Amino acid sequence: MVWITQALSSSLGRKVIMSLTGLFLSSFLIVHMAGNLQLFKADGGRAFNEYTYFMTHNPLIITVSYLLYTSILVHALMAFILTRHNRDSRPVQYAYSKPEANSDWSSRNMGILGTIVLLFIIIHMRTFWYEMHFGSVPMAEYDGKQYKDLYAVVKEAFSQWWYVLLYVLCMGALGYHLAHGFQSGFQSLGVRHKKYTPVIELVGRYFFAIIIPLAFAAMPVYVFLQVHGII
Amino acid sequence: MKLESKIPAGPLAEKWARQKFGLKLVNPANKRKYDIIVVGTGLAGASAAASLAELGYNVKAFCFQDSPRRAHSIAAQGGINAAKNYQNDGDSVFRLFYDTIKGGDYRAREGNVYRLAEVSVNIIDQCVAQGVPFAREYGGLLANRSFGGAQVSRTFYARGQTGQQLLLGAYSALSRQVANGKVKLYTRTEMLDLVVEGGKARGIVTRNLITGKIESHAGHAVLLCTGGYGNVFYLSTNAMGSNVTAAWRAHKKGALFANPCFTQIHPTCIPVSGHYQSKLTLMSESLRNDGRVWVPKKQEDSLRIREGKIKPTDLPEDARDYFLERRYPSFGNLVPRDVASRNAKYVCDEGRGVAKTGLAVYLDFADAIKRDGRKTIEAKYGNLFEMYEKITGENPYELPMMIYPAVHYTMGGLWVDYNLMTTIPGCYALGEANFSDHGANRLGASALMQGLADGYFVIPYTVGDYLATIGPADKIAVDSPVFKEAEKKVHDTVQQLLSIKGDRPVDDFHRDLGHIMWEYCGMSRNAEGLKIAKQKIQQLKKDFWTNVKVLGDSEEINQALEQASRVADFIELGELMVDDALNREESCGGHFREEHQTEDGEALRDDENFTYVAAWEYQGENQPELLNKEVLEFENVKLTQRSYK
Amino acid sequence: MKITLKVWRQKNNNTPGKLVEYQLDNVSEDMSFLEMFDVLNDSLTRKGEEPVAFDHDCREGICGMCSMYINGRAHGPQTGATTCQLHMRSFSDGDTIVVEPWRARAFPVIKDLMVDRAAFDRVIQAGGYVSVNTGSARDANEILIPRTIADEAMDAAACIGCGACVAACKNASAMLFVSAKVSQLAILPQGKAEHVERAERMVAQMDAEGFGACSFTGACSVECPKSISLDHIARLNREYLGAKLTSDNVQ
Repeated sequence: MVWITQALSSSLGRKVIMSLTGLFLSSFLIVHMAGNLQLFKADGGRAFNEYTYFMTHNPLIITVSYLLYTSILVHALMAFILTRHNRDSRPVQYAYSKPEANSDWSSRNMGILGTIVLLFIIIHMRTFWYEMHFGSVPMAEYDGKQYKDLYAVVKEAFSQWWYVLLYVLCMGALGYHLAHGFQSGFQSLGVRHKKYTPVIELVGRYFFAIIIPLAFAAMPVYVFLQVHGII
Repeated sequence: MKLESKIPAGPLAEKWARQKFGLKLVNPANKRKYDIIVVGTGLAGASAAASLAELGYNVKAFCFQDSPRRAHSIAAQGGINAAKNYQNDGDSVFRLFYDTIKGGDYRAREGNVYRLAEVSVNIIDQCVAQGVPFAREYGGLLANRSFGGAQVSRTFYARGQTGQQLLLGAYSALSRQVANGKVKLYTRTEMLDLVVEGGKARGIVTRNLITGKIESHAGHAVLLCTGGYGNVFYLSTNAMGSNVTAAWRAHKKGALFANPCFTQIHPTCIPVSGHYQSKLTLMSESLRNDGRVWVPKKQEDSLRIREGKIKPTDLPEDARDYFLERRYPSFGNLVPRDVASRNAKYVCDEGRGVAKTGLAVYLDFADAIKRDGRKTIEAKYGNLFEMYEKITGENPYELPMMIYPAVHYTMGGLWVDYNLMTTIPGCYALGEANFSDHGANRLGASALMQGLADGYFVIPYTVGDYLATIGPADKIAVDSPVFKEAEKKVHDTVQQLLSIKGDRPVDDFHRDLGHIMWEYCGMSRNAEGLKIAKQKIQQLKKDFWTNVKVLGDSEEINQALEQASRVADFIELGELMVDDALNREESCGGHFREEHQTEDGEALRDDENFTYVAAWEYQGENQPELLNKEVLEFENVKLTQRSYK
Repeated sequence: MKITLKVWRQKNNNTPGKLVEYQLDNVSEDMSFLEMFDVLNDSLTRKGEEPVAFDHDCREGICGMCSMYINGRAHGPQTGATTCQLHMRSFSDGDTIVVEPWRARAFPVIKDLMVDRAAFDRVIQAGGYVSVNTGSARDANEILIPRTIADEAMDAAACIGCGACVAACKNASAMLFVSAKVSQLAILPQGKAEHVERAERMVAQMDAEGFGACSFTGACSVECPKSISLDHIARLNREYLGAKLTSDNVQ
């Protein structure tokens, strides 16, 4: 099986890993966003809590979630290895360089953007995932059934303006990360075609880089405004 | 010296086949016992090195560039001729042969030229098999165009980068053999001497351009594929590094130099813009299909244009002189390269030239744009117009283009026999470095053909004959006295250049030499001027060796030192060119002696006295060289006078 | 024009280098960028200072020898052109121009602005060819290649091997160079027989030379004097992935 490790440790192989994990994570974003839209339901968090219950008890979802955690780790680790390798490829930097003349800012700063996203994920998971699994979450009762009231945790977290601001900024970083990452992932797999690449680019640029981050950013803002009685 | 061309007897069409059968073969198992040195990695060198390595010989390939892929063959634009007759328009091997002989103004060998035409078809097959992306028709067959005034479409091309694609093909074949271990590559390494012992070429002495180390390389045969010497004119379309050094040092070791005065001037180059000018850029000849060449009728108008007081577009029709159309009504702007060039020179000499320097003529597309529309012209020449604008900063759609002739190719070179061997046994010359196939003038799209013919299809047969004759044991070790002595001499010359410590940089001398050559031994020559040139060159040589300023030392990269050693050889070659031009009391092809012209001012050949190859033999430092003649015999073509009226 | 030059001077690979400032007072806008360097070198030589070493040869944009990183860009501000095709009219009177060599681990500086690009040759040696011996080719027209395919192959084959792609890439990746060759031969029927091994071997050699990975910033294609498209990089990825999944090579 030498060939597999060899293939995957080549520069192209590593990019394939980045691509596959990245695209998998992108697809997760759609599901995550769709689910979390429950937050906008004006039912005191019932729909959201029921959704949370489903997500933490469905065996298929649980399995996929482990794949997801692994993907995050592999994506980040591989990015770290690649970044180090890429740095090594140019031991002496230019005294004067003008990269903005030939490439997009986001494409050159995937590492920084990715690091911000990773830090966000850590904070995000500490606040919600950790609390949900290991913390003390108040309970809510719907139709006689007990649910962990994650919605209460959400409300508490998003009632703080700096926390909301952090989320919004991180979603900006995510948008830039995806603006390049989504379409680039297809390139790494060799998917490029006159007919389909423009479509992929559109989806990446508008759906993944703008709509998804906006939707995610709208959630804390919405909750914040609601908690503070502004809307 | 008796010059034997070694062309076998028999009908023209059978000569090469007969020769191939007559040549001795080296047993396949013995080939690995032979070492062959190939100097230069252009079309001729790369194709020869790859082909010989494929046969099983051990090859060492040398180039002064940082990669074999950068040899100057890469810059050829137009295309490569081959007698494929894919267009069903009447082409044949004989027609290509005939056109080439006639185009060369009957100063090439019939046998060589016929062989060239014969193997031209194999070249295309070979290149296509390597993956050279020649232009194609929609159905997938190869496309052709007519080129350089030929009446058939036999030119194969890859956009305007045919030379590049052919060279990359040969380079890929060479790379494959490097990977196979059959070719050892020496880049950034310059040959500075040929080692001859017992009357045979034994190897070369080189300088590593990075470390400055002087080294010897021994081989059973040495192939010089080192290109032409156009840079003797300082300004030419050649690459900056193109030089005559390898060929010249072989010449000094006994290889005869043939027809050095045969140089080709290309009419459509971008004019010189100032003293700092380092090289000239060729614009494709195809521009003359639609552009009209003119200068103002009156000198005053010229002057006003040069001073920027009026624009060329301000000048009314009747104040313009379309001199090519006027003098050559039937061919007009499409007269051959030498005729177009010479006439441009004449009008500029009359003070009617344009551009700030007065050394340019207009190539005007206004009529073509009016006739066909800008779109059509853009589709045809868009990239050329763009290139012109990049260099000159002027828009050729609005202002007429300015062009001037520039040195482009040298037909002369080391004398070789039919087997491509020079007068030193074991030393061969291929491609532009030899004199063999183009006579006094080369046709468009023929240079690439010759380089590859020599490398792919001639030398693999002929070198074996020599190797089989001498046997594998006939080789001298690099630590033998003859190599050590040659190394010492190279070392001494290098040190001498560094020790002069004069006050003029190398380029100064090169520029001066260029001026002398261009002025007196350029597009048109006369005895008086040539004599002046000879004196001036001798003076320049003295000045060079007492006053050149080369800084730095020899154990590192020293580009001025490299250049100095090349310019020293150019100066000596320049003198020989002048001698050759003086000797050739006729006008033929690229060589125009003002004393020998028809009443209409056209070139006048003297077939009775000059149907020979002038092969010059080195006689020692500052000694006049000895002229040897190889008489040319024509059995298959009738010598005629060219006319373009 | 008056120009201030800041030029990288480095004696050899073992000595550290630095930017050195030079003033040029008489620069014509018709000069090419390299002719300006000729003028600089001429004046340095006359003053007894060692001239600046830089690579150049054809000076018409095809040999790929010239290689300067000018004001933060490979081959300078003009796109679709090499350093030798850049003219001083692209600059203004009083400009300061910073000139550095290509920077990449795989392209060590030899002296001043010269770098060693032998890595490119070794990548080609690893498989950038069709294995056909001289004399064994069949008739050229027996291989039908539709015009669109020939054109696409030519687009890739136009690469001049200058290394601007590596120089411009933030990762010093050679993907555009390698992919141009792999792609040319993968598109053409002549190259099909060896396409699997070719992709594997050329990529392995590319990695061994110490080039970085591709981030698809697109800088290479923008700075490429022949504007070679990113399509070829995608094709190389495809070729490589396919090769790794299907080849018999288990080592």
